[in-house]
Amino acid sequence: MTAFVDLDRVSLRYGGPDGTLAVEGLNLKLREGEFAAVVGPSGCGKSSLMKLVTGLYPASDGTVIVAGSEVAGPLKIVGMAFQNPTLLPWRTTLRNVMLPLEIVQPHRGRLRRNFAAYERQAKDLLATVGLEGFERKHPWQLSGGMQQRTSLCRSLIHQPALLMLDEPFAALDAFTREELWGVLQDLWLQKRFTVILVTHDLREAVYLADTVHVMSNRPGRIIASYGIDLPRPRTLATTFEPHFVDIVHKLRDHISQVRQDVVAA
Amino acid sequence: MMTRRQLEVAMPWLVTIGIIVVWELVVIGFGIREFVLPAPTAVFDAFMQFRGPILDHALHTLYTTVIGFAFAVVGGVILGVAVGSSTLVYTGIYPVLIGFNSIPKVAVVPVLVVWFGIGAVPAIITAFLISFFPIAVNVATGLATLEPELEDVLRSLGAKKLDILIKVGFPRSLPYFFASLKVAITLAFVGSVISETIASNEGIGYLMLQASSRFQIPLVFAGLVVIAIMGIVMYAIFAAIERRFTGWATRKIDYATGG
Repeated sequence: MTAFVDLDRVSLRYGGPDGTLAVEGLNLKLREGEFAAVVGPSGCGKSSLMKLVTGLYPASDGTVIVAGSEVAGPLKIVGMAFQNPTLLPWRTTLRNVMLPLEIVQPHRGRLRRNFAAYERQAKDLLATVGLEGFERKHPWQLSGGMQQRTSLCRSLIHQPALLMLDEPFAALDAFTREELWGVLQDLWLQKRFTVILVTHDLREAVYLADTVHVMSNRPGRIIASYGIDLPRPRTLATTFEPHFVDIVHKLRDHISQVRQDVVAA
Repeated sequence: MMTRRQLEVAMPWLVTIGIIVVWELVVIGFGIREFVLPAPTAVFDAFMQFRGPILDHALHTLYTTVIGFAFAVVGGVILGVAVGSSTLVYTGIYPVLIGFNSIPKVAVVPVLVVWFGIGAVPAIITAFLISFFPIAVNVATGLATLEPELEDVLRSLGAKKLDILIKVGFPRSLPYFFASLKVAITLAFVGSVISETIASNEGIGYLMLQASSRFQIPLVFAGLVVIAIMGIVMYAIFAAIERRFTGWATRKIDYATGG
């Protein structure tokens, strides 16, 4: 079976031939429907990885293949969510979620005629993340966690084949964060899109992902990959099981080694 | 007892009345003569005496100001969009814009008179020249300060530059735009009155120039007050439009006064 996302010896250099090398010789493969997490020390080029896969930045070297074709410009089958919810303050929650439908084809052409059906779809999605009854509220009337749920809904409303998450829960408090792990897992179990989650939270990575990839320091590349064989659905109780704790420890050791290498160098 | 809310509504009137009272008392108390500083009562008398011509000239000034301002809105938005959405246009035009805006508009009026003769046209153009700059700068700022992440979200959905401009850029720069309108309309009055004092046979500026050459200082002050009132009214109109369209941006103020 061919990989859905395939990065082959990819490099990314910012700012011309003498610029900083953010990513070098990076290899990463994902099956269709796989949930992958990428962890690593800060400044290791995790966000650069996001830009490469989505085609927002062209690779300086190597090839990026998504869904069978080489990435040459911004992809249109992607949903994205960031640490900052980036909602539009002049729109209601519902209209924020519906934003991608106004841009992505074929929805864009159909939106006006089938508005009620699309609105129903957005409301249902909001209900699955526990935001029923908040459709008419504006972003500033929502808590940080609610805004992030809305942002998650916005990234999924057009049923993207690939979901890119850049530390989506990093700015939330621990309780809300763990609650949203469950929300995200439920959505993924339902729809089975392919996910790349960039995070620095190892417990989050192990809880959510099928595979956890460890990135090295800048210039970043994947130095280890761990398959997570924990059964699904995982719950908060899972995070206290010895096996879960073992995996997190192993990952932590690996990353602290990477950091020490830098200090020694 | 007044509530805090009522006090807030009453404050502008209280301050204005306070200034007038102090002004009157100072003039009486120090025995200042009328051709140096007329008392508010003298200004009011002059206004009542000449109210016909004052209103005629005021309407003329209002007309040149509003037309110049309308051109400034159109020109300012077009320029602002160009500057705000393209780095190339920004680096090219900005220095020229700054240089242009640094020129005192008084110095431009004689040139305009040579080109267009005396009358309404130089006033309209001066009002335009002085008021389009803040509009252009604010619209450009609103567009240029778009969050890069939001742009990424939209671009990864396949949005074209125009989509981003319409869905995010314009709504986002609306508060900046309306804020600039409030500044620009008051500047437009400055522009048209400057032009009228130099080269016109009509308008409040012309009236004031005539009055001062005849030492009718109370009439000069009456003219000033009329300009100030027109400026405040236009400002209030644009402030009301702003609240109507960009309530989402000023919600904090609403919360504070809404109690």
